[in-house]
Amino acid sequence: MAQPKTLFDKIWDSHVVDVQEDGTCLLYIDRQIIHEITSAQAFEGLRANRRTVRRPEAQLLVPDHNVPTTDRSLPIENEESRIQIDLLRENAEAFGLPYIELDDIRQGIVHVIGPEQGFTLPGLTMACGDSHTSTHGAFGCLAFGIGTSEVEHVLATQSLIQRPAKNMRVTVDGALPPGVVAKDLALAVIGAIGTAGGTGCVIEYAGKAVEDLSMEGRMTLCNMTIEGGARAGLVAPDQTTFDYVRGRPMAPKGAAWEQAEAYWRTLPSDPGAAYDKEVTIPADSIEPQVTWGTSPEMVLPISGSVPDPSGVEDANRKRSLERAIDYMGLAAGQALTDIRVDKVFIGSCTNSRIEDLRAAAAVAEGRNVAEGVHAMVVPGSGLVKHQAEEEGLDAIFKQAGFDWREPGCSMCIAMNGDMLLPGERSASTSNRNFEGRQGPGGRTHLMSPAMAAAAAVNGHLSDHRDLI
Amino acid sequence: MQKFTTLEGIAAPFPMVNVDTDRVIPARFLKTIKKTGLGKHLFNELRYDEDGTEKPDFVLNKPAYREARILVAGENFGCGSSREHAPWALVDFGIRCVIAPSFADIFNNNASKNGMLLIALPQETVDKLMEDADKGGNARLSVDLEKQRIVRPDGETIDFDIDPFKKHCLLNGLDDIALTLQKDDRISAFEGAHKAAQPWA
Ligand code: SF4
Repeated sequence: MAQPKTLFDKIWDSHVVDVQEDGTCLLYIDRQIIHEITSAQAFEGLRANRRTVRRPEAQLLVPDHNVPTTDRSLPIENEESRIQIDLLRENAEAFGLPYIELDDIRQGIVHVIGPEQGFTLPGLTMACGDSHTSTHGAFGCLAFGIGTSEVEHVLATQSLIQRPAKNMRVTVDGALPPGVVAKDLALAVIGAIGTAGGTGCVIEYAGKAVEDLSMEGRMTLCNMTIEGGARAGLVAPDQTTFDYVRGRPMAPKGAAWEQAEAYWRTLPSDPGAAYDKEVTIPADSIEPQVTWGTSPEMVLPISGSVPDPSGVEDANRKRSLERAIDYMGLAAGQALTDIRVDKVFIGSCTNSRIEDLRAAAAVAEGRNVAEGVHAMVVPGSGLVKHQAEEEGLDAIFKQAGFDWREPGCSMCIAMNGDMLLPGERSASTSNRNFEGRQGPGGRTHLMSPAMAAAAAVNGHLSDHRDLI
Repeated sequence: MQKFTTLEGIAAPFPMVNVDTDRVIPARFLKTIKKTGLGKHLFNELRYDEDGTEKPDFVLNKPAYREARILVAGENFGCGSSREHAPWALVDFGIRCVIAPSFADIFNNNASKNGMLLIALPQETVDKLMEDADKGGNARLSVDLEKQRIVRPDGETIDFDIDPFKKHCLLNGLDDIALTLQKDDRISAFEGAHKAAQPWA
């Protein structure tokens, strides 16, 4: 029998165009999603060199990072934002590329709309000028976050120059306890491997707890893979995947579907396939997680307390813990549930899908946002927003005092005016708690949607399971 | 792309670990549609007070390091966001080389597309170079990419590894899109076979 292959090996091998003597490969890229923040200079580069887009139909352009989440019928106030968004449309027109308008119901965050439209499919290679492109790995799609020069490279050549990644497998055996969700799992994995734990690797998530996740949950898990430093995350495609993809606007139909599904069923890793790195985490050991510091690896169960750096030996590590505690305005030993919040953000490509909004609404229902707290819900796409409204989730949120917004990246990256003020603290369902990520001087605690909703109604970090 | 052959200059100590690209250049400066002019916002939050005045304690604001060409940094430099604005800002400021125990993957790719050399060395070796950098303007490092060699102020040499293809592109200032376009026939052949095998792709 042939050498057993991993899921990653299979997708990689079927996309290699050329291998150079030193092992550097030219990898074919099936799809690219493009947004306004990391593409302008790529199109400028194409123009300057009189180059064209090799495969226009393999691109999908949508504005998301810098768009207002308030009334869309009004002109965009910030001039730079408006220029960037206008330029994306102009570039789409000039190069003849598929483009989703800001006022289109399909508009939303790149990593929400790709799957929603069936643009993301198992077994494909995909790229986007955004690190959270790892999200699409939930479908068994090899998806890389790339820089602007590489966006230009994909536009011009439909390929990327890469060296093969190492295979890493994270196995989560058993079942997650009730009230513990994909976000907790994702944060626990980063806590276990560290922010550089996956450097040079593609992480395949396996085990019963991963198989049991919905597509939304798998997207949350793969989304956070980049916070563990890996190049991409992957989950083997299965019936859950096919059920999600079938019937999506850009998914194959009829005989093509049958052929595709038969192929996708051959993708999961072969028994006995070798991994360069293996990590196993028992699912039943995981509690709801919150980050306390300024890196996603600074994470603890909600029952924990702020760590004490005094016992840490490594001088660099110690300094970084001290700096994080100071920046976050916390004290060593302080219980996490004693941390009060000013703002709550439910949204981002990590947690803005329908299941996320349902989980947050279940906590919000019949309760009120605590006094002095501003809580906002930003759906990941116009379609998610529409579905949530059909289900009456918007009414639950509004009644509880949450601000119900238009789709976009919003306060995850704080470019569009949705932001923390210096010193303000948020409970956020996004993926990065870096210093200043949600606004200069802002302090971010990452958690699941239900946990963020619990923080909103209690006014401090808390275990949402106490509210069920 | 700007070539990288040799570089001789002041190295600034930047021992922080896990420096993310939001720290290198915060998101609010990503509204630009140009690659140039980002140097003034490099490390913005560390470098300036809220009212925009320079913080005198920040390393690149100190007289000895204002002309720094090299950063000696902590592990996992460049993690987080894929923004190429990070190497654009570093290069625009004048930093052409970063030496650290490790780098995040996407930043690593982005740097090499902008004529910037990243050198990964064991922690103990970085610690020695950090000591050199701590000495300020009197202690210059020199880097020779062809020889894959760093020369310390005391004359000691340190060899480093680099991916041969990256080295070739940096030394010659090659535009890798032009290189790939030379393989256009192969891409077309692949595309044909791929389309036949996976018509939905
Ligand atoms: S929601 Fe946040 S992390 Fe996701 S694509 Fe937008 S800015 Fe990036």
